[in-house]
Amino acid sequence: MATPARTTRVPSGRSSRQAAYPAKPLWSRKDLLGTRDLSVREIELILDRARAVRELSPKTGESSALRGERLGLIFTEPSTRTRTSFETAARNLGMEPLGFSVQNSSTLKGESLLDTIRNLEALGTRFFVARTEASGAIHSVAAQVRSHIVNAGDGAHEHPTQALLDAFTLRERLGRIAGLRVLIVGDILHSRVARSNIWALLKLKARVTVCGPGTLLPAGIESWGVRIDLDLRRAIRDADAVNVLRLQLERQKENLFPSLSEYHRFYGLTQEVLSLANPRCLVLHPGPLNRDVEISSEVADGPQSAILEQVANGVRIRMAVLSLLGNRPA
Amino acid sequence: MKTLISGGLVVDPSQNLEAVRDVWISDGKIEAIRPAARGPFSSRAVPGDIAEPGAARPARQGSKPASQPENGLRVIDAKGQWVIPGLIDMHVHLREPGCETEESIATGTRAAALGGVTTVLAMPNTDPVVDSPALVKLLRSRATTDALVNVVIAGAVTRGQKGAELAEMGRMSQAGAVAFTDDGRPIMNAQVMRRALEYLKGLDRPLLDHCEDENLSAGGVLNEGAACAAKGLPGIPKASETLMAMRDVALAEWTGGRLHLCHISCAETVGLVRRAKRRGAAVTAEAAPHHFTLTDSDVEGYDADFKMNPPLRAIEDVEAIQEGLRDGTIDAVATDHAPHAAARKALPMAQAPFGVIGLETLLPLTLALVERGLLTKKSLVRAVSTRPALILGLKQKGGLRPGMDADVTVVDSQAAALPAQCWASKSRNSPFKGKNLKGRATAVLVGGRLVVQGGNLAGSPPDR
Repeated sequence: MATPARTTRVPSGRSSRQAAYPAKPLWSRKDLLGTRDLSVREIELILDRARAVRELSPKTGESSALRGERLGLIFTEPSTRTRTSFETAARNLGMEPLGFSVQNSSTLKGESLLDTIRNLEALGTRFFVARTEASGAIHSVAAQVRSHIVNAGDGAHEHPTQALLDAFTLRERLGRIAGLRVLIVGDILHSRVARSNIWALLKLKARVTVCGPGTLLPAGIESWGVRIDLDLRRAIRDADAVNVLRLQLERQKENLFPSLSEYHRFYGLTQEVLSLANPRCLVLHPGPLNRDVEISSEVADGPQSAILEQVANGVRIRMAVLSLLGNRPA
Repeated sequence: MKTLISGGLVVDPSQNLEAVRDVWISDGKIEAIRPAARGPFSSRAVPGDIAEPGAARPARQGSKPASQPENGLRVIDAKGQWVIPGLIDMHVHLREPGCETEESIATGTRAAALGGVTTVLAMPNTDPVVDSPALVKLLRSRATTDALVNVVIAGAVTRGQKGAELAEMGRMSQAGAVAFTDDGRPIMNAQVMRRALEYLKGLDRPLLDHCEDENLSAGGVLNEGAACAAKGLPGIPKASETLMAMRDVALAEWTGGRLHLCHISCAETVGLVRRAKRRGAAVTAEAAPHHFTLTDSDVEGYDADFKMNPPLRAIEDVEAIQEGLRDGTIDAVATDHAPHAAARKALPMAQAPFGVIGLETLLPLTLALVERGLLTKKSLVRAVSTRPALILGLKQKGGLRPGMDADVTVVDSQAAALPAQCWASKSRNSPFKGKNLKGRATAVLVGGRLVVQGGNLAGSPPDR
């Protein structure tokens, strides 16, 4: 295993390919806003860094550059696990997390998110994690501030750290990502997890199939390079991993599916459906679970489930991201 | 028992066949189609009649069945008649459950059999509406005991056919529903229609679309135009149908869902479907016999037996539908068989319910197009059987290829049509009763079982 790189300014020399471009720093981004604009090299850098930090204890946090820094957590949508995961990552790196939950979040638009960040910047915070229901709002804000912004979910657009931790989990468990057949099941239409996953996985040369009712697949998705299959029982047969998306139960009111029981019957991952796949097919879910809607308890708690590993890996990915942002060349 | 339908003109577009052939049937399936054998029985048997084993056996040299009468061979002499795959009427209101005074599975399927129809698609606008898997199962189980012909079920698209919330189409599909429709009423909300089309993609079932803008048609009785105005009745404009058809074709093309337009009545709609098909859209269409036979000026006085929805249109519409059937733009002939009690049809025209029955007159009215040279025999069979089977995904029906279900209709195209007093429907609301029509199903087999013989229900006395 590679030893953790202290700084990204010096090429690690892990491969001759990287050494061929010594002039270009490995990480030069101010923010992490999505997977769509990341290069393969950047994704691999994050995954490698996450692997390197896995044995670090909070006291030996590798990035001393971040010691004493504050991490502003601005969530205008409810979140428990993502927020806690970032807080834990921050503490492991010696940072001080500062939580802000904006009341009456539905009225929060890009502008007041910008104001919030500018005010905290004025108080000396240089790192922010933000989540908002408005797609694109975090990108707009990031372009207007000097601090480092990590997107923890903007509307139905991106949730890059979730996709990175999913990719990390796949790579750790299955040894590679290139050539893997990954099935993403559920509400693709509204899912930022799906988008970030698709873009990251395709860059890493996985073969991605999306599956869900026709109402929950966005128009034009076939042009992204994914396969579409409306039949879960058929699609799962050749999958190496299946990523089950959380179903927002209130979508029924929008006529996107007739009932939860019908959704479960056609698109719920049950043991009966999973048994159609390769017995080593890995099961992922970004959480929180709607047990016995999109996934049965038997599968979620079963031997093929990597759901709790995803949670643990989330901290490593977030540590990797924060440390890369903090260590980037000035 | 084996059945031989002997010496008829077999017309089956599914195998591009139109030739005199013997059709051999065993175990409810088509066994073989063979060149017709000549035998003494064919000259003495009554057309469509039954030659019982031993009475008039075919004397085919060296042929196995003829030499083994103990097998129980039933011979139907079809000489001079057509032998075609059983008709599939994909638009039938059987009224069960809820309105059994007007029709039932038992009576509606007897009417179908007499009309040469071996499969009907039962529409879900019953009371209660068929919008749940339990009701689909109930109807299927009733059909197994009561029906004389095959009954396949259409489920509702929205709960209670209210046009608001999607019904459990997936579970209904698993329970055996082959198509979905809110027929009787349009789905006015375009977003609901869009969602339904998208959702049905995963089930690979068609949405049968009743195209009508209820705001435009509100209060209307007959086609908006001179004939209707002269009667002093409110009209239903053609735009009520065409606008909705345009909307739904646009939605089908955007979503990729399978759309089937029911009972199209206007020239504009035919053109719309033709253009959509040229673009490769997954759009199909049906027309009802009354819409290619009668115009709004044929409406007799205030007789509500001429009142249906969509209404009888103008001559250019009738001609466009005939042309659409000829060139295949219109896939299917479907009756929209809609029985209503005589008392309700006796109400003043504006208050009487919409709808006419059609199972018993489907064949004569469609044969008339062949007689007039507007349709070939093959295109008739395509429209009444082959295409409906394709649209509904009935893989074992719509043709007479070996191994397919032995649903067969023997047609005497020159015989007088079944008189209205012999119809089996509980209702008589038809503009064609008492009219001089030609063409009759002389023998009908459903899954190899003879349900019509000599032009009457098997086991009942002849009408002549």
